[in-house]
Amino acid sequence: MSFETKLNDGIFCIPKCDDCKKIVWPPADLCNHCFGNVSLKEGEFEGKIIEFSSKENLYFCLVEFEKTFRIIATILKTPDVGQSVKISKCGIIGGDYFFEVN
Amino acid sequence: MNKVGIVGYGITPFTKDDKKIESILIDSVKELFKNNSDINRNDVDAVLVSTNNNSKYLSPILSEMIGIQPKIAHSIENLCNSGTNSIVSAYSYIASGLADMVLVSGAERYDSPGSVLEWDVSRGEYKHPIFWSSIFTKSYKRKYNISEERLSMVSVKNHKQAKENPNALSNRVFTIGDVINSKQLTDDLRLLDCSRPCTGSASIILGTEEKVKKLSKEPIWITGIGQKTTSAGFTKNISFTSMDSTKQAVDTALKMSKKTITNIDVVELHDAFSVCEPLALESLGFSEDGTGVDLVKELYDTNNFKINPRGGLIGCGHPLGATGIAQTIEITQQLQSNANKRQVDNAKVGLIHNMSAAATSSTVLILEK
Repeated sequence: MSFETKLNDGIFCIPKCDDCKKIVWPPADLCNHCFGNVSLKEGEFEGKIIEFSSKENLYFCLVEFEKTFRIIATILKTPDVGQSVKISKCGIIGGDYFFEVN
Repeated sequence: MNKVGIVGYGITPFTKDDKKIESILIDSVKELFKNNSDINRNDVDAVLVSTNNNSKYLSPILSEMIGIQPKIAHSIENLCNSGTNSIVSAYSYIASGLADMVLVSGAERYDSPGSVLEWDVSRGEYKHPIFWSSIFTKSYKRKYNISEERLSMVSVKNHKQAKENPNALSNRVFTIGDVINSKQLTDDLRLLDCSRPCTGSASIILGTEEKVKKLSKEPIWITGIGQKTTSAGFTKNISFTSMDSTKQAVDTALKMSKKTITNIDVVELHDAFSVCEPLALESLGFSEDGTGVDLVKELYDTNNFKINPRGGLIGCGHPLGATGIAQTIEITQQLQSNANKRQVDNAKVGLIHNMSAAATSSTVLILEK
């Protein structure tokens, strides 16, 4: 099953290379380090807020996971830099990925 | 490698006009040949079109529209630095001996699809450039304790300078109060902090040493080129308070030209948003980290047009595929002492900084008399 299919079901996965075990981000079919096959790891991954801003009172933040990759996610409560967060909601709407953390 | 210089250029005003891309392209090419009547169109070996427009086969189309049959004709797209990427390609064709004269023409419509990088899924629903620039702005302000007022000086300065540029989209001056009270787009970004997408075109012909000496009364040479792509995705940037690709590109360009940053007299840099100007000034080496805004204020207070004399992207507008070429034309005019009210005194060495997608890719060119 692809990252996108899982995401569409509301499940956030981390793609990892079967051979070299590196995280492959953005999600891809092949590892960008060794061209190995990629598998999806499910879990409650903890990330850290690197930076944030807001638009019309809705916060968006840059979150780093596994000290490796980052995403921009919505957060409903006022965030802090360095704050630990987990994915609370994710999916695809109108072709766009969305991520929410808390 | 053969020496490469600038034979001629043409540029037309940036607007919000709703015109076909082919019509936009021909505008600046027509201007180029009108202003350089000694250039024989049939001597153009290659035609490169710089654009993010979805129309296909634009270089052969442009060639047919101007009645020539070049050896080489193709488009080049690399989002916001398509223009300087095209110039680097033209340089390479000439330096290698594959072409003697190359026409590089950049054009974009106000509704360019190049404004948003759909591939970058790490941005989630926050794909518009205002979001990456907000992250950069917040980080920069936080790290160096920079106020919104101090940062707004970039927009104030560049709009003032654009007023002296007849091709700029903006012809208004603004105060700090105007900028910080303009429409709030995000917590860290106001409308007047942003360059605006627009319709525009700019064309330049590069040539061999022989062609330049024969056809240009005031030869200008490309003596340094540096390029670096660190990633495609915004979130892969290692820093949000500097531009890593720019640091690496300027280092390469200065080494090639055997210059240091202190030798540079005039600069066009990629101020897509206010924060980009101090970040670029610091990453290029003109300012210490966190002090780029002080240089911006000093330049404004002393009416010194050294940085972004044409008004930058904020003052001129940002027709993506044309921007890098328009920047190069401005530096050419400056070195030829032909920039009218924007002229920087005694400019002998100029630098162009053009970047893409949140500084994930940068091009730096050095031009000399």
